[in-house]
Amino acid sequence: MTTLPETTGKKLGLVIDLDKCVGCHACATSCKEWNTGGYSAPLSDHDPYGADPSGAWLNRIHSYEVESGPISKTVHFPRSCLHCEEPACVTVCPTGASYKREADGIVLVNPDTCIGCKLCSWACPYGAREYDHDDGVMKKCTLCVDRIYNETIPEEDRVPACVRACPTGARAFGDLGDPDSEVSQEVEARGGFNLLDEFGYKPVNKYLPPRFAKVDTPAPQIVEKEPVAPQNGSAVEKLFAWVDRALSS
Amino acid sequence: MHPAYSVILFTTASGAGYGLLFWLGLGHLTGLIHGAGWMPVITLTVALGLITLGLLSSAFHLGRPERALGAFSQWRSSWLSREGVVAVATYVPAGLWWLLWLFGNGSVTPFLGLLAAIGAAVTVYCTGMIYASLRTIRQWNRPTVPWIYIALAAGTGGLLLALLLPSTFAALAALISLGAAAVLKLAYWKEIDADPGQYTAEMATGLGHLGTVRPLDPPHSTPNFVMREMGYAVARNHALKLRKVALLALFALPLFLIFIGMFAGWLALVPAVLLAAVGVVTERWLFFAEAEHVSQLYYGKARA
Ligand code: SF4
Ligand code: SF4
Ligand code: SF4
Repeated sequence: MTTLPETTGKKLGLVIDLDKCVGCHACATSCKEWNTGGYSAPLSDHDPYGADPSGAWLNRIHSYEVESGPISKTVHFPRSCLHCEEPACVTVCPTGASYKREADGIVLVNPDTCIGCKLCSWACPYGAREYDHDDGVMKKCTLCVDRIYNETIPEEDRVPACVRACPTGARAFGDLGDPDSEVSQEVEARGGFNLLDEFGYKPVNKYLPPRFAKVDTPAPQIVEKEPVAPQNGSAVEKLFAWVDRALSS
Repeated sequence: MHPAYSVILFTTASGAGYGLLFWLGLGHLTGLIHGAGWMPVITLTVALGLITLGLLSSAFHLGRPERALGAFSQWRSSWLSREGVVAVATYVPAGLWWLLWLFGNGSVTPFLGLLAAIGAAVTVYCTGMIYASLRTIRQWNRPTVPWIYIALAAGTGGLLLALLLPSTFAALAALISLGAAAVLKLAYWKEIDADPGQYTAEMATGLGHLGTVRPLDPPHSTPNFVMREMGYAVARNHALKLRKVALLALFALPLFLIFIGMFAGWLALVPAVLLAAVGVVTERWLFFAEAEHVSQLYYGKARA
């Protein structure tokens, strides 16, 4: 059903800390590894070790330079489906393959009914959906729906693969509809924000801002000194030191 | 946006087919077109043939054409689904009408013609709305877009009618709708040229309060689906040249040739139809190539 649920029981999503992310791509790699064997058909992977690799990935890590006055900062920026509350990627779908779950708000594609018309990818402002040319269906982040409720894996693994993989703790998973949840508290404390809030799809995923060094901190003074040859060596060393000084003056 | 040839062929061929069906239905309803002789039923066959060719071509655009039946289910929310439903519904009166003309029984055909004409207009409107409803692409998300689709379908269909069943009615139908399409299209180009886009890379990343944002390291070493599908761009000067081609081949020359045809006979309509075919394919190609998608803000576009 491609009409949106009026409310969802939970609003499961990710909180991504741009102050901690080091752009290592571990989350993207782990996502690909899990999801190529998971919920949908395998994620296409063409010429992976060759000159022209391509394929479907559900998480992409950009690195941006943010320039402000004399200081610029590198911000690593993971981008995946934000499981929006009011996304047209769901309502434009002609088959009902693209849907938002009423229970937890996860936005999914049913790989058995998708006809691969690609219209949903056109409706997503975040470029979060990638078409799989091998399966002829659309692929997107599933919030690892086949991990988070999966009782056959150890409890500590019941989080999205990207969250489990992140070495810096830049990714957190939880219910953003519950103001008392750990993720909501963190968003509150750090001033978490929506991507392209102006567009109005109401993303569930939140981003925490990177911190900047203070612009008025004086740059440390570095006094450059000419290296000096040691003075109290043997006669031969003194001779070389004298030649060195004589030649360089 | 990437101009996929299957979608260009679909929208132009089925557009002309629906336009022809529309005028044929209207002409028959008002008593200006009669079923006598072979030409009317051949014209109706051409209309249905173009529509079917277009629909088949759109099915080739799908990754899973064998599941296409599912696309009729979500008409409550999806313009693409609505288009499919109305397109199939239009086959019912149009097909009956075709059979009745083929076997020479004409008492209810004007009513079937009316139903087919309504179906044709609504289908083309739905096609236009698929694009016009996408807020991610400012060149498409405009009230003029569905009307351009309708006017161009009526114009190209009217030209075909003037070629196959020449009459003052057909010539006027083609003249008026092509003229309207020309006015709408010129206004459209002016509109999109004046709109720089309201979203920025700073909004897309949410980092605007920290400074200006530019890409440093790309997320992947070769273009992915999002870049290939949504990042297709045509050089500005190239686009301006193609706009001129479209203006000449789709509007100026055919309009002139319809005038000539009113006096010199239907032969003048042959080059008019061929030119309009080139023109409308160019127009449709540009409709895609000039469209910019908001997702490209993540890939180095400053505004969209
Ligand atoms: S990020 Fe894109 S794909 Fe995900 S829910 Fe929002 S609009 Fe849909
Ligand atoms: S590609 Fe699949 S999920 Fe997306 S709109 Fe088309 S049918 Fe729906
Ligand atoms: S694994 Fe963590 S640190 Fe590495 S790119 Fe992903 S979010 Fe950033």
